[in-house]
Amino acid sequence: MSIDSVKIEQPGKKVLLTGNEAIARGAIEAGMKYATSYPGSPSAEVLDVLAKVGNPFGIYAEWSTNEKVASEAAAAASFAGIRSMTIMKPDGLNVAIDFFTSLAYSGINAGMVVVLGDDPSAHSSIKEEDSRYLAKLSRLPILEPMNIQEAKDLTIKAFELSEFIGLPVVLRGVTRICHASGLVTLGDIEKAKAPVKAELKEKFLCQPLAHPELEQKVKKAALWAENNNTIEYSGPANAESIVIATGPCALYAKEALIELGLTDEIGVLRLKMSWPLPDKTLLGYLKGTKEVIFAEETDPFIEEGITSLVAYHGSEIGPIKFFGKRNEYVKGPMGAGIGELNTDILIDTLAEIKGIKRPDYSGSTASCVEHVCGSIPLRDRAFCAGCPHRASYWAIKAALSLDGNNGFVLGDIGCYAMGRGPTGYNMLSTVHSMGSGVGLANGFGTMQRFDFKQPVIAVVGDSTFYHAVIPALINAKHNSAKFLCVILDNSTTAMTGHQPHSGSVIDARGVDAPALSIEKIISGIEIPYTIADPYDVNDTIDVILAKLPEPGPKVLILRQECVLLKSKVGKNQKMYIDQTLCLGSKCGCGDLCSRAFNCPANINAPEQGKMIDQALCVGCGVCATLCPTHAIKLVEGS
Amino acid sequence: MMVFDKLNVIIAGVGGQGNVLASQLIALAAVEAGYEVTVGETFGASQRGGSVMSHVRLNSKNSLGPLIPKGMADVIVGFEPMETLRILGVYGNPRTKVLVNTRPVYPIKVLAGEQVYPNLNTILQGIKEHVAIMVSINATDIALEVGKAVVANMVMVGALSGTGFVPIKQEHFLKVIKNHFGEKLLEMNEKAFFLGLNNVVQRIK
Repeated sequence: MSIDSVKIEQPGKKVLLTGNEAIARGAIEAGMKYATSYPGSPSAEVLDVLAKVGNPFGIYAEWSTNEKVASEAAAAASFAGIRSMTIMKPDGLNVAIDFFTSLAYSGINAGMVVVLGDDPSAHSSIKEEDSRYLAKLSRLPILEPMNIQEAKDLTIKAFELSEFIGLPVVLRGVTRICHASGLVTLGDIEKAKAPVKAELKEKFLCQPLAHPELEQKVKKAALWAENNNTIEYSGPANAESIVIATGPCALYAKEALIELGLTDEIGVLRLKMSWPLPDKTLLGYLKGTKEVIFAEETDPFIEEGITSLVAYHGSEIGPIKFFGKRNEYVKGPMGAGIGELNTDILIDTLAEIKGIKRPDYSGSTASCVEHVCGSIPLRDRAFCAGCPHRASYWAIKAALSLDGNNGFVLGDIGCYAMGRGPTGYNMLSTVHSMGSGVGLANGFGTMQRFDFKQPVIAVVGDSTFYHAVIPALINAKHNSAKFLCVILDNSTTAMTGHQPHSGSVIDARGVDAPALSIEKIISGIEIPYTIADPYDVNDTIDVILAKLPEPGPKVLILRQECVLLKSKVGKNQKMYIDQTLCLGSKCGCGDLCSRAFNCPANINAPEQGKMIDQALCVGCGVCATLCPTHAIKLVEGS
Repeated sequence: MMVFDKLNVIIAGVGGQGNVLASQLIALAAVEAGYEVTVGETFGASQRGGSVMSHVRLNSKNSLGPLIPKGMADVIVGFEPMETLRILGVYGNPRTKVLVNTRPVYPIKVLAGEQVYPNLNTILQGIKEHVAIMVSINATDIALEVGKAVVANMVMVGALSGTGFVPIKQEHFLKVIKNHFGEKLLEMNEKAFFLGLNNVVQRIK
């Protein structure tokens, strides 16, 4: 909630923190000194916080170019005896996985914690991915906090476990931990200020011979789980039915049981560590149990682990009926293993299993929407008013249309992924991982021998350019792949909260840093490039039209700062509609400004007619360029 | 002022309206008022014009999950009329108290003429009929008087304080507002808070 609360030196004081802040605080209390990350929601703010408050504690924090480099740098700190942390979302773990599967074999020295921010229901992601499978593949033990206090406490535990077994340990948050807030009792950070010295004293080699030792470490982690109270039970003694839960699902289960009046009948067994499992302790709880309901997000990860465990010990513990994703008893709104869980879902699940009716709190209010107006429009995600991406997509759309050769656009992740939606005129034909639009363009651009003739445009953001695009452009140059790479340079990593990147003049801590020029890197690869202003739509269209037919790879940098950043700094200009010039429905423009351009500031309301919403307009002026009667004008002196 | 064992508050609106900050300040003020607080919210992609809501749960002990179950909202603070109705249908009940900003933010498909925004008066009247009490305020216009549309969030926080819907004293709100804003922005945001507060207090006296 407040970054300042993270650095308070009053052990025992209770403060309201977000999950991300609590993880950062835990890292500080644990004496973590070296943190790296590439921004991704929902876990981006962990490094934001460490970079801002870490200096007095001797913490180094960087926004790395991508998650693989971030992980390697953090591992180096561990090798040299410094406790380290690297933070990413599942997409990032996918990028770094080659390193992690190797790191398991070499092992580490000082504690290293990998914070994974999973996003069940994909609130801020293009896909939902349960990162626990890749963590297990890399032999990283997984801790899962239930609430904000535990986000801090388990971070500290993760460092202890990491050093106990000599492997990195995953702290898995989900959106409802990372972005949620709760009260946290602070611990001691006095010791965290002590200086530490880095020195590499041993070798860390990934080699097949290390495999037996690795599996021993996993066994040691399971033993640690047995001895460190990683299982917590609440409910009646000898309950015949239990919910086995991880993360915030344990809270949902407890509240659901209260609402259904089942707290005397069903217990909740919570696993703080979801891999490897403490088999012995678990079997102790399972003995005598008749029914087990699994509550976890997103995939049936502990469900698979526990049902497999029971299969080996069936004769000792007796028959158990399982209710989970495999038999589709526990399911999100769109099916088993799809979307996040919540108290409501578990109320329904438990009511169904127990054959009882769920309480109705809503009454007649539940049908208020139908009563009042039948239905209400959904709200699509949209580019902000004045967003340069809207102007860029407008120009790309117009240029491809004028070119007339069925050209198409390949995209990837970032704000500009909304190019697949109405405010980007549904322009994107593909969206996958970071930089993959340019990789795909390499493929399309080398298919001439198959009579492929369509013009190809790949759009990428500036942060993505550094993250994943450079190797694809090198490939394009070497193999003469024909396409236009459009770099939508808004000078920031916008979607995740405006973090600086390798092209920024400051680093994560706000200290001056060398900014790497996109055009110099492209010059180095010897690809021809042009820089244009996306707000100058007509010029941009001309440049794209001229570049499309040229052979080999080409680059167009469309440079205009993110409007959210611009609005923070100063007062924006405003546009208005001169009603004496606007011809309205008689114009023949087809409501170009409001209907076609799709800027939320261009209103065409039934009562008010055409107008510019002064609360939203930032005065980019693009709609003024489009208006055929020049009715849209700049507010004088704005 | 009433005292509650637990209270479920939803702050609903459209990305970019400053509702995440408003929910944070309401949560911090609730802590000042002595409550255990859990907040569930989403930010990131949802900030870009989508429907956004925060769940702020006040409790005597901190055992609640971050999400309010269906039909269990005690208070809904709606930053946008249509979003308020949308959230009411899922989380509201006949005892829910509603504070609503009357200024619509039109969805893109409405601007494009593909869908129709329901009549504003119908929405407001409809909300009123389905809840215990509804207080409306044009927070956006009040904010523009102060100087910037984005301080509509502080107008709403002030209005919430004025309604007495939450067991948080004015001084608790003011303390967290003072702590949050730097010197440069404090005056404008405090002004917005009091305009919202006075607007509501005058009308519901």
